[in-house]
Amino acid sequence: MKKVVILGLAICFAPALAQANLIPEMLSQYEAEGGSNFDAAAGKKMWSQEFASEDGDMRSCATCHNSDVRTAGKHKKTGKVIAAMAPSVPFVALEEGDEPRYTDVKKIEKWFKRNCKWTYGRECTVQEKGDFLMFLKDQ
Amino acid sequence: MKKVLLFAVVMMFSGQALAEDFFSNLFRFKGVKPMTDKLYKDSCGECHFAYQAGLLPKRSWEKMMLADQLSDHFGEVADLEEEDRIAIRDMLVADAADTSIYKRSMKIDRSIPENATPLRITETPYIKKKHKEMTDKYVKFNPKVKSLINCNTCHREIEKGIFDDDTVLIPNFGYWSEIE
Repeated sequence: MKKVVILGLAICFAPALAQANLIPEMLSQYEAEGGSNFDAAAGKKMWSQEFASEDGDMRSCATCHNSDVRTAGKHKKTGKVIAAMAPSVPFVALEEGDEPRYTDVKKIEKWFKRNCKWTYGRECTVQEKGDFLMFLKDQ
Repeated sequence: MKKVLLFAVVMMFSGQALAEDFFSNLFRFKGVKPMTDKLYKDSCGECHFAYQAGLLPKRSWEKMMLADQLSDHFGEVADLEEEDRIAIRDMLVADAADTSIYKRSMKIDRSIPENATPLRITETPYIKKKHKEMTDKYVKFNPKVKSLINCNTCHREIEKGIFDDDTVLIPNFGYWSEIE
């Protein structure tokens, strides 16, 4: 009987859990992979720090995401609207199938990889990723 | 009596459904094969319209989906997890234009010279020819369109793989069939 109740509860809460903000889990994972003392200030600084790309233009996270992470950004080339990065901004689906930020580990890693390479010309270290999430967490 | 009536009503509606099925099947191979796969839409459709596999031949997708190519995807970084890259490549190859029985896919494929491996759909001869009348005022200088790469902006039935002229609605101008 107890098992049935637990199972029932698990089923009820599974969708809610699936939507949970995964930043704390990501931070502990990055810690396990060698990061330490994640620093929101370092993440914030890096957010707007500009790097010269191969094409000669200056790039930073803010190029597409805006320096104010509570506002929606815009893709530099395509102009596509990019939802605000701050978890405090209520989720609005811009397109069918959109899901809230920080709810899918695979997606977080995919975009860290793509965007670090675009901005810095290399992948980010676990320390940098941790610093970024530490900064974004409370925005 | 009530039962008979109910039966009749049920028959009537299922008859209609059957007829609709029949007609949609009749035209099933007209456009390009729709793509509904979630992995594909999530992986590619986040940045641009998730172009159907039937818009380019197999050799084009094989080249585009190479890991090196994805790292420089028309100037953007589009890296994927290795397993996703393979899964998506296989999906695209399986329904590519040169293996498709869909009419428009066949036309696209036939228009491409055998020794060419286009990576841009807009550079295939068939697509180019079909958009000859899409001058800058409709596309480039139209802030709601900007480029032919935004297929879905004007092709309103594109999700179903339909590209017919009468489904083209150009923002700021109206239905193409009424502009022509």
